[in-house]
Amino acid sequence: MTTIIRINNLKLYYDQFLALKDVSLDIPEKAITAFIGPSGCGKSTLLRTLNRMNDMIPATRIEGSVQIAGSEIYGEDVQVETLRKQVGMVFQQPNPFPKSIYDNVAYGPRLHGSPGKAELDEMVEQSLRQAALWDEVKDFLKRSALSLSGGQQQRLCIARAIAVQPQILLMDEATSALDPISTLKIEELVQELKSKYTIVMVTHNMHQAARISDRTVFFLNGEIIEADDTRKLFSNPSDSRTEDYISGRFG
Amino acid sequence: MIQRRDFDQSLEELRQLLQKMGRHVENTLSESISALQNLDEAKARAIIEKDIELNEMEEEVMDLGARLIVTQQPVAKDLRRIIVAFKISSDLERMGDLAIDISKVTLRLKGEALIKPLVDIPKMAELANEMVQESLQSYLDENTDLAYKMAKDDDEIDHLYSQIIRDLYTYMTAHPESLHQAIHLTLVGRYIERIADHATNIGESTVYLVTGHRPDLNV
Repeated sequence: MTTIIRINNLKLYYDQFLALKDVSLDIPEKAITAFIGPSGCGKSTLLRTLNRMNDMIPATRIEGSVQIAGSEIYGEDVQVETLRKQVGMVFQQPNPFPKSIYDNVAYGPRLHGSPGKAELDEMVEQSLRQAALWDEVKDFLKRSALSLSGGQQQRLCIARAIAVQPQILLMDEATSALDPISTLKIEELVQELKSKYTIVMVTHNMHQAARISDRTVFFLNGEIIEADDTRKLFSNPSDSRTEDYISGRFG
Repeated sequence: MIQRRDFDQSLEELRQLLQKMGRHVENTLSESISALQNLDEAKARAIIEKDIELNEMEEEVMDLGARLIVTQQPVAKDLRRIIVAFKISSDLERMGDLAIDISKVTLRLKGEALIKPLVDIPKMAELANEMVQESLQSYLDENTDLAYKMAKDDDEIDHLYSQIIRDLYTYMTAHPESLHQAIHLTLVGRYIERIADHATNIGESTVYLVTGHRPDLNV
């Protein structure tokens, strides 16, 4: 597998607190990588470094290197907006804009360019199709996104994220607020999407990580304890701390 | 998410069930050999009737293991513990059936005097019983050294079995009238040899439980 994200000796401080301790990790392209670990272990922090969402948190300081497709994303000349177009994100709670379904998906393409009406229609349809939502909403695209169910809203957020054709999609506990059926739909969708996008997900649901990810990374106290093929990590982990965590002995 | 305390208790229950099955097998084998040596048909029948207990214990292992998989969704070594419990209970159930087959031979001999005192068969059964004990112990203690010892013991069993076949073949040639009994005694040797193979399987399960890799000790 080709590496698309390369993290080297990354340290992240929240003021005096060292939240990530010398983390190094390669993330493969067009695969699903799951970050697991107990609360406060640094997994969401690392996820947010990948599209510089931590920049918004005051007193955050970073040392080390994060490269995406060979380019340093913390370089001085990096445009954060351009980076975030390349690295989309879906959050725990669905957060559609209080606009129509169509306008939610069209928002990104409009922001990053001036597509014509036909081109935009095509982009919206393709994105909704890829997010497995088109068939459910095609007849009322002008209806408010807030009228959709939680699961549909989350798929709309995924459609919105992929409308700008990112390389990478970050998912921060993207199914934790959803019911089991909606969760299953998102999981199926994510597996479809990995043929086009690199997906990095944080999940507290270890069975979800075991079900859908190709690689799993286990974090503890700001360190990576183990990163391996998911099948290996969940069947015969190398580190006893990983075994203890996935077996429910702590966390 | 695993409810650790309940889960650990249930895993312990599985271990104890397998230990109980192991004791049942040991007892069935030694009693069957004793019934054969003494041509004790009443004892042989009593042993056969008890087989149902072993089958019930195997079902308990299957039910408990299935329930744990459904309710706890175990991973890694926890999952291997259950997979191994299924495998060992099935091996023990087969061993029990084979020990019962020895009692059935006693019934088929219908009190016919033994052609010669049994020496190697009890010796082989004793060694097989040691293997049952040790294989179970290797599982209970997660002791891979003891598990690997099964391969060596199994070679000794195979050696004894070959010797029994040779002896009985020679006897049959010299005393053709003993054919019926000699064939049955050869089968007894075969049953014990198979019991030892299953004990070796338990050794393999122990290695798989501890390491996650499946060795082949039955070569």
